[in-house]
Amino acid sequence: MATVSLKKLTKRYGNIEIVHGIDLDITDREFIALVGPSGCGKSTTLRMIAGLEEISAGSIEIGGRVVNDLPPRSRNISMVFQSYALYPHMTVRENLGFSLKIAGAAKEDMDRRVAEASAILGLDTLLDRRPSQLSGGQRQRVAMGRAIVRDPDVFLFDEPLSNLDAKLRTQMRTEIKKLHAKVQSTVIYVTHDQVEAMTLADRIVIMRDGYIEQVGTPDEVFRRPATRFVAGFIGSPPMNLHEATVDDGQLVFASGAKLPLPGQFKANVAAGDKVVFGLRPDDIYPTGHGISSGGAADVHQIELPITVTEPLGNETLVFVEFNGSDWVSRMLNPRTLRSGERVAMSLDLSQAHLFATETGKTLRS
Amino acid sequence: MDDNSSARLKRRLLGVVYRIGLFLVMLTICLPGLWIVLSSLRPTVEIMAKPPVWIPQEISFDAYVAMFSGIGKGGIPVIEYFRNSLIISVTSTAIAVAIGMAGGYAFARYRFRGKSGVFLGLMLTRTVPGIALSLPLFFLYVRLGIIDTHFGLILAYVALNVPFTIWLIDGFFHQVPKDLAEAAQIDGCTRWQAFWQVEFPLAGPGIASAAIFAFLTCWNEFALASQLTRSVSAKTLPVGLLDYTAEFTIDWRGMCALAVVMIIPALTLTYIVQRHLVGGLTSGAVKG
Repeated sequence: MATVSLKKLTKRYGNIEIVHGIDLDITDREFIALVGPSGCGKSTTLRMIAGLEEISAGSIEIGGRVVNDLPPRSRNISMVFQSYALYPHMTVRENLGFSLKIAGAAKEDMDRRVAEASAILGLDTLLDRRPSQLSGGQRQRVAMGRAIVRDPDVFLFDEPLSNLDAKLRTQMRTEIKKLHAKVQSTVIYVTHDQVEAMTLADRIVIMRDGYIEQVGTPDEVFRRPATRFVAGFIGSPPMNLHEATVDDGQLVFASGAKLPLPGQFKANVAAGDKVVFGLRPDDIYPTGHGISSGGAADVHQIELPITVTEPLGNETLVFVEFNGSDWVSRMLNPRTLRSGERVAMSLDLSQAHLFATETGKTLRS
Repeated sequence: MDDNSSARLKRRLLGVVYRIGLFLVMLTICLPGLWIVLSSLRPTVEIMAKPPVWIPQEISFDAYVAMFSGIGKGGIPVIEYFRNSLIISVTSTAIAVAIGMAGGYAFARYRFRGKSGVFLGLMLTRTVPGIALSLPLFFLYVRLGIIDTHFGLILAYVALNVPFTIWLIDGFFHQVPKDLAEAAQIDGCTRWQAFWQVEFPLAGPGIASAAIFAFLTCWNEFALASQLTRSVSAKTLPVGLLDYTAEFTIDWRGMCALAVVMIIPALTLTYIVQRHLVGGLTSGAVKG
């Protein structure tokens, strides 16, 4: 059990800087998700924590001990790889017990810990098989078992579910969450899938181009995105984001379409400011079919034409045209709608976001 | 006849044609070997006959008996030649494979300056025919005093085989996912342990095949060996074949008998090792 602390952590390959001096403090037993698009430096960061990549500058502390130059084996961590990285020439039992064998553990001790881990993950019947005889989900479980057996201070997960099909991924996600509750270790989990990050993590670290954009609980990053990037990255379907200019208490969009300036931002912007207006699909809905219908504070009514609808059963994603482009909205208790039909839409502006066009930073005070 | 049964008939016919074709090709490939075995067992008259005699009229093991009968009775120092061949081939193979493993691993796993240039350079050495080097090597070896020694030939063969073993073993290490060594390091291995515990066993079949190729190259090599060795203490079996040529005659039967003696160990070794050459050992390591 341990805290992990990154201080001004930097990674350079030659002249190219991949990770630009990031700071991050992870508390004991916390489940942290590093999330971001490909190439944002999240995997590199994880590999630096693991000791698989040398760090160019800064420092890494695990449990209060600086581990900058320690080899992976001396950091008391374990890692689950995207590719599982099971040893193909060993049985499941040997795979699970490998780290104990290397450490010179006694046979009885080894058997006991392998048995414990395989019981937790339901691998008991597979112990004598080789990785090639296992399904994807089973291999994933063995990879996690191998990590548990070591009883590490910190678990590192590098996109562990990316190679599984959608159904299995959901199932394994739940298992990882249960596992964390059971083993109570610090977990650092890298993923590009924001749903995984949202569902699993205590706190989410959103990275982009080697910088940390925001660190916060799933609720914080969803409700109060610090930047335009976070706003667009977290949430599915993504937030509607459109550029506008502030003018006389109104937002004027490129096409000339207008919306009232949301009240919560009035103090923070001036006429002529270039901003990005953001509204989640949940906060724009055919009137009477929304989440916050009834109690919302600042609802703007507008009639818009429907371009496409995507029925999902319990809800329908309705694409409406506004400002010359499609805005996605979420319709609860859906009724059948036709393309081209004009419907009354409610926009809950109390939930709207504004970001400065230039810096991408939120204008919320 | 409906479409299905005609398709089935066609497929069967094609199968028969394939088998006949395969048989003919294999026959062509194997015929020289068969001819050597036959020639070692029949009298010279039959060997030289025109048109060729396909089925031997009489078979005798005289050539084999004579070969081991000692000098003066038509024999040659087979045991010595065999010993020389074995020492030289095994030693140079072991060294070439050891260097090949180190080099192949470095090329497969590390980034370093001039990597592709060095690799290309190594491969280019393969384009120089060995025979073209025999005269310069001869002069060099005479000066160094290592002409007609095991050491000299081992050195030449190591140089001959190293580019090849590096290239082959590099390919096999490339197939072993990098994640495995990293996982092993996280599991508590040093880099060295990770290599021996995980990467080496997985590249094993590749290393075995590199070894067998290197061994066969040494075992069969004639051009360099014929220039760099001259006495019974260093001559290898292929060079020993020349003992059957006299000023005006060639003992084809004896030569073929010695060739058979040469082929048998190589064939046996290949047969033993080929069981270990099965690929697919890495399947299941990473996704899929």
